[in-house]
Amino acid sequence: MKRLINLAPSPVVSMMLALLPFALILLMYVASSDLRLEANPNDKLLPSFTQIGDAIHRMAFEPSKRTGEYLFWQDTASSLQRLGLGVLIAASLGLALGIFTGALPLVNAGVSPLLTVVSLVPPLALLPILFIVFGLGELSKVMLVAIGITPVIARDIQRRTREIPAEQLVKAQTLGANTAQIMIRVLLPQLLPKLIDAVRLTLGAGWLFLIAAEAIASTDGLGYRIFLVRRYMSMDVILPYVAWITLLAFLFDVALAWLSRRLFPWHANGGAQ
Amino acid sequence: MIEANNLWKRYGDNVVLEQINMHVAEREFVTMVGTSGCGKSTFLKMLLGTESPSSGSLLLDGKPISSEPGPDRGIVFQQYSVFPHMTVLENVVAAKAFQRPGITGYLFGGAKKAARHEAAEILEQVGLSHALNRYPHELSGGMKQRLAIAQALLAKPRILLLDEPFGALDPGIRADMHELILNLWRQYKLTVFMVTHDLKEGFYLGTRLWVFDKLRHDPQAPNAYGASITYDLPVGQLDQRLYQEIDDSLRPVYTGQSEDGLEGQP
Repeated sequence: MKRLINLAPSPVVSMMLALLPFALILLMYVASSDLRLEANPNDKLLPSFTQIGDAIHRMAFEPSKRTGEYLFWQDTASSLQRLGLGVLIAASLGLALGIFTGALPLVNAGVSPLLTVVSLVPPLALLPILFIVFGLGELSKVMLVAIGITPVIARDIQRRTREIPAEQLVKAQTLGANTAQIMIRVLLPQLLPKLIDAVRLTLGAGWLFLIAAEAIASTDGLGYRIFLVRRYMSMDVILPYVAWITLLAFLFDVALAWLSRRLFPWHANGGAQ
Repeated sequence: MIEANNLWKRYGDNVVLEQINMHVAEREFVTMVGTSGCGKSTFLKMLLGTESPSSGSLLLDGKPISSEPGPDRGIVFQQYSVFPHMTVLENVVAAKAFQRPGITGYLFGGAKKAARHEAAEILEQVGLSHALNRYPHELSGGMKQRLAIAQALLAKPRILLLDEPFGALDPGIRADMHELILNLWRQYKLTVFMVTHDLKEGFYLGTRLWVFDKLRHDPQAPNAYGASITYDLPVGQLDQRLYQEIDDSLRPVYTGQSEDGLEGQP
């Protein structure tokens, strides 16, 4: 018998082991749901898959009686627009802050301490201020996402900038490069894949801030909807919405990873040489 | 062309180099050997401009050497001296672009065409014309160093600094690289300073060999005295006995203190 640390599963076993917990959870859910519904057909806590299917159909494929919109898609579009804008702003701002503080000691001396302090402010604590300053419209929600993740991205890019071997910067200087040329041709291209990594890691936090903002003040959005239907204990709507949010998050992650491999083939295969 | 007058380098109480006096004429090929931490790399960094002397002077054409790296002094490091995100050809074209004033460091139109042409030519010379579109991570160690040398030469430096450029290469490949660097040295009329761990390399390459070692040694305070140039020999007139003597001095029985010293610090 080999030591446990040397035992690796074959691909087939690996796949089965991966699926096993999902299957178990599903099984447990179905069993408990059946039990509860048998005791009380009006139970709302663990709806059956038929009930969930009906809810999905009602939300996604029938126009709302009140507004005539397809609520599920309307919610998705609103949420993705807010998240996308917020992340876009955060990524651009974070990249600029990170590269300038990482590459230029003078900028670093002036900006870094502020950045450190700002990154310690809990973004959700700023939400009331954002509502007061920007109103209850789209802007305050986008701003919460942006403010929440910009410092994280900026500090990550700052660290990545400093990780680029000093030899490369010296080399570029001996070739006659000025500061702008070094930043644009040597640093920036090597930081773009790191930016994608940083965005992948902060997307989770982005969703958190988005759903929090939508829960508090909104008229549509995925986060708004699940907090709205909570009042009626509509687990048949909440569960598919949560699954949908998870699926979206997963798809973005996969897409960004693919984009990174596609755009920066040198990065996936070694990075700093 | 280059001279040092009573040059010292200290980091706090730690004396790295002391009383360096030398004069190097144009087109010499100086190899520098010494134990780890003896300050030969620090000396190279002073020539490069990333370190500056604590006292004394280091002059290029009678003026203090610039305290930041510049296009008159090319450099090849042991590693990390090519740009990993550019192909072989782009690496050299970028070197060309950096010579022109501008903000982006990109070339367009005719200038780009001319640069690509010139880059292909110099890559042919160092034997990389079959790998123009490969990324550095797809190259062997020797090919990477060839690329780094081609890049450095394109900037037309007067002085070429080599910091253990072949230290990580196999012996066979190293011999090829020696040939290459000697050819380029003659052809481009360069003044070369090369740091090496390999005494044989120092005896074989170039015109002049410097050995860095401590003249004085205080066992209670190992860092109280710095290294100096203990041998300054014209290469080609060296006999076997002297080789053995220097070889022995480079491999003293070390007394337990850190071998790396300052050599490994960025």
